[in-house]
Amino acid sequence: MRISRPILSALLVMALAACGSDAETAASSNEIKVGLLHSLSGTMAISEVTVRDAELLAIEEINNAGGVLGKKMVPVVEDGASDWPTFAEKATKLVRQDKVAAVFGGWTSASRKAMLPVFERYKALLWYPVQYEGLESSPYIFYTGATTNQQIIPGLDYLKEQGKKRIFLVGSDYVFPRTANKIIKAYAAANGMEILGEEYTPLGHTEYSTLVNKVMQAKPDAVFNTLNGDSNVAFFKSLKSSGVTAESMPVLSVSIAEEEVTGIGVENIAGHPVAWNYYQTTETPANEAFVKAFKAKYGQNKVTSDPMQAGYNAVHLWAEAVKKAGTTEVEAVKKAAPGISLDRPEGKVTIDGDNQHMHKTARIGIIQPDGLIKQVWDSGEPIKPDPYLEGYPWAAGLAGQ
Amino acid sequence: MTAFLNQLPIGLSIGAVLMLIALGLTFTFGQMGVINMAHGEFIMAGAYTAFLLQDMVLALPAAFLVAGVMGLILERSAIRHFYGRPLDTLLLTWGVSLVLQQLARDLFGAPNVQVPAPAWLSGGVGILPYNRLFIMGLAVAGVVAVWLYLTRTGLGRRTQAVVQNRQLAATSGIDTGRVDMLTFFIGSGLAGVAGVALTLIGPVGPALGTYYIVDAFLVVVAGGLGQLRGAVLAALGLGLLNSYAEFWSDASLAKVIVLAAVIAFLQVRPQGLFVLRSRVLT
Repeated sequence: MRISRPILSALLVMALAACGSDAETAASSNEIKVGLLHSLSGTMAISEVTVRDAELLAIEEINNAGGVLGKKMVPVVEDGASDWPTFAEKATKLVRQDKVAAVFGGWTSASRKAMLPVFERYKALLWYPVQYEGLESSPYIFYTGATTNQQIIPGLDYLKEQGKKRIFLVGSDYVFPRTANKIIKAYAAANGMEILGEEYTPLGHTEYSTLVNKVMQAKPDAVFNTLNGDSNVAFFKSLKSSGVTAESMPVLSVSIAEEEVTGIGVENIAGHPVAWNYYQTTETPANEAFVKAFKAKYGQNKVTSDPMQAGYNAVHLWAEAVKKAGTTEVEAVKKAAPGISLDRPEGKVTIDGDNQHMHKTARIGIIQPDGLIKQVWDSGEPIKPDPYLEGYPWAAGLAGQ
Repeated sequence: MTAFLNQLPIGLSIGAVLMLIALGLTFTFGQMGVINMAHGEFIMAGAYTAFLLQDMVLALPAAFLVAGVMGLILERSAIRHFYGRPLDTLLLTWGVSLVLQQLARDLFGAPNVQVPAPAWLSGGVGILPYNRLFIMGLAVAGVVAVWLYLTRTGLGRRTQAVVQNRQLAATSGIDTGRVDMLTFFIGSGLAGVAGVALTLIGPVGPALGTYYIVDAFLVVVAGGLGQLRGAVLAALGLGLLNSYAEFWSDASLAKVIVLAAVIAFLQVRPQGLFVLRSRVLT
């Protein structure tokens, strides 16, 4: 049995690794442990590492200001490895073994869906910092990114305002793009827009010439892009080299922020619109301080983005709820959280009492040649989160699907 | 109809990408039988070389050297102790690939980096952009160079001799250790060249290699081990199949179709398109 030796050594390494993390778990009473669970490797690392950085900055800020309830926050960082079962496994580890007070983590909806049963089962708290497809409201998750009526629907409103009526849908093949596109199709049907095509590619897909050929043959007015991760790089390079410009066929993206622009190459994507709640250029006093602190900690060439800001907010909002509750006990924090309202980099953010999402301002921006994003439209005031789109008659029936 | 016709050059260009990423593997896997899971990371090293130099033309030879030397170090320090033990080599090189990915993450950061395409590659003919034509040209040049090396140079003939019968080659006075070194150097170097070309079409990040490694093995296995013409035909065939399968269905299903087709094909011809006639392998 020649194979036995490598397997044995692999087992040994795993056993050693497990011992290593055991040693770190002894907590002292003047510390509050929180979990940070993001993909630090694999296809999603490009995006998630920066969210972890922003969360670490928030923890540092809170500790420098005296901590929470007089105790220091201690981050326990785990790697979800862009692999959904790993997220569930690491979430269980953080909750059961490290006994963290809350977990901040996730990016893809697939990872959130994988973690959700863990948090519901052990009645622990997850703060999820990324925009997503809605149609979910777990009592044990706080959603600090946008739900659809704070990002996708404003994005569609913007396209409609611009006279873009014939739309092509391009997305990664998992739950967020597929659900988002269901909502987009319902919106289009109710608003006289035409969906010319709907294409999905696996996460990590890098060959887009066939897809771009299909899009160009359909000649849409605009493309609604829900691709995630590295695929965006290949997609925009392929569009650019096929001669597609932002003027002839704008591609509205909902998963590309400042951080991704550098990797895509600004010359490939400048001029295309994106929909978010925050840009590095958003003009608020809190944002000035956030951008300054982030650059001071991680380097002057770093940029800040919406999910980073939402992760940063999540930590501060949780700390505020703990202060209000006077304890880190989950049910008490849940009870204290609704109505908490803070001036954050993106403007005023309020925790909603009905669904644990945030009231957020929607903003459409255009990617500039310097790689930053310039806001061209905003909703004026924070929009109440409506994850099940109950306030939109055309969306009736989507939640049940 | 135009969309249908457009898929033909697109398929050929996908085939060229496959050929380029598999070319190095026809050496290390095809000639030497080493299952090198770190091949993708040599591709990545080539791409990062292009990022550091920010110059496509300079990057091609530089990436060949960088990836080649990395391959040489891997072969000398580790792989040579595992010749004839494919399972151990597989685990070893897989571990090396993880280490190299993390190394890239530590050196260059987790986010993707940008390699601007040279100005002379913007524009295109019909459906094919110049950068795709450049990759096709590079693939053709690579195949021709490898073929010339294997058939027209003394070193290449010695390489083939070692592949066909290691013991006999050794008794004929060929230093098989040196041939192994050289073969691994060239195979890894070719991966570096592929990495430079891939910066034109895909992301440049620590995970770059993982996107291409499976496709590269698929081409070499379907083409038949150690068979350059087999690899060329397999790359073009898989490229065209991928192009039309995706055109008629979608990207996810196309991957399934391609994989199923290769598996079915290997049922009929387990040794690939072409079979190396050698007593050693039988």
